[in-house]
Amino acid sequence: MKLRFLIPLVVFVVMVGFLGKGLLLDPSEVPSPLIDKPAPQFTLSELHNPGAKFASESMKGQVWLLNVWASWCVSCRQEHPVLVELARQHIVPIYGLNYKDTRPEAAQWLRERGNPYDASAFDNDGRVGMDYGVYGVPETYVIDKKGIIRYKQIGPISPSVLRDQILPLVQRLQQGSPT
Amino acid sequence: MRRFLFVLIAAWAVCGTVAVAKEAAPMIRDPEIAGRMAHLTQKLRCLVCQGQSVADSGSDFSNDIRREVEKLMEEGKSDQEVIGFLVQRYGDFILFEPPVKSTTAPLWIGPFVLMALGGAVLVIVLAKRAKRPVEELSPEQVAAAERLLNDLEKEGKDS
Repeated sequence: MKLRFLIPLVVFVVMVGFLGKGLLLDPSEVPSPLIDKPAPQFTLSELHNPGAKFASESMKGQVWLLNVWASWCVSCRQEHPVLVELARQHIVPIYGLNYKDTRPEAAQWLRERGNPYDASAFDNDGRVGMDYGVYGVPETYVIDKKGIIRYKQIGPISPSVLRDQILPLVQRLQQGSPT
Repeated sequence: MRRFLFVLIAAWAVCGTVAVAKEAAPMIRDPEIAGRMAHLTQKLRCLVCQGQSVADSGSDFSNDIRREVEKLMEEGKSDQEVIGFLVQRYGDFILFEPPVKSTTAPLWIGPFVLMALGGAVLVIVLAKRAKRPVEELSPEQVAAAERLLNDLEKEGKDS
């Protein structure tokens, strides 16, 4: 048999490979340019305590999660129990960025579902969210001791993402030396 | 009939209010900035509705981006600086046209490479075909061909 008859087969297999890969990619997950870059600094008033300020600067020296959430965000409801459970285990501090929300609605939401956050910063106009490149809520950032963003989760954290990606990363980062 | 009309008018009224609620884009005062914005936002991708540009989309995301672009332009930032600001936050993906750099080189050069390859294959195949010697027919084959042609002609006359 002549080998040239195999050419269409090879082309077909290559195309199926590319198309199959394309089918499995999620187009809504846009790679963040902020990975391995310093987390944008911000100071915002706290959700529960308008007089108090939360400054991202104060988190230097520890690994922490920044979770962008809102009471109007439907997927946040799906994610919330995972965060509450994580907070209960006291593995890593979770801070919230309450994105384009109102204080009463956000506070009510946390009262009903539990509050996994050490504190939530109140980003009323979404300006800090924009610095973090937030375009879909919820989003979660893993920030290391030096204040570098190491991971970004777009969309809700599922138990498997937490177990297989976020927690191993957090543990690795926590073992690293602080500067 | 009257009830049907009533339902129709009610439905129309509801749609009307929804449409009104959507249109809340603030007016841009400076015509020069308005022009620059219209041009620039055409080139920006709305990340939540990826087929649309920021200029075409009415999503919250696009409204925010437009507001921010306008603010930056009013502060006197150039188009390049505004693009830099957005790319720093959202990545190259926010641009419909990816910038030329090492990771995007295949995107820009790939089609031309493929075209050159295709052209080369075409040229080689045609050259081979041109070189192939024309086969001479043997006298028997010529006679057979003539017979067939004659038969055809006869058939044509008969019908």
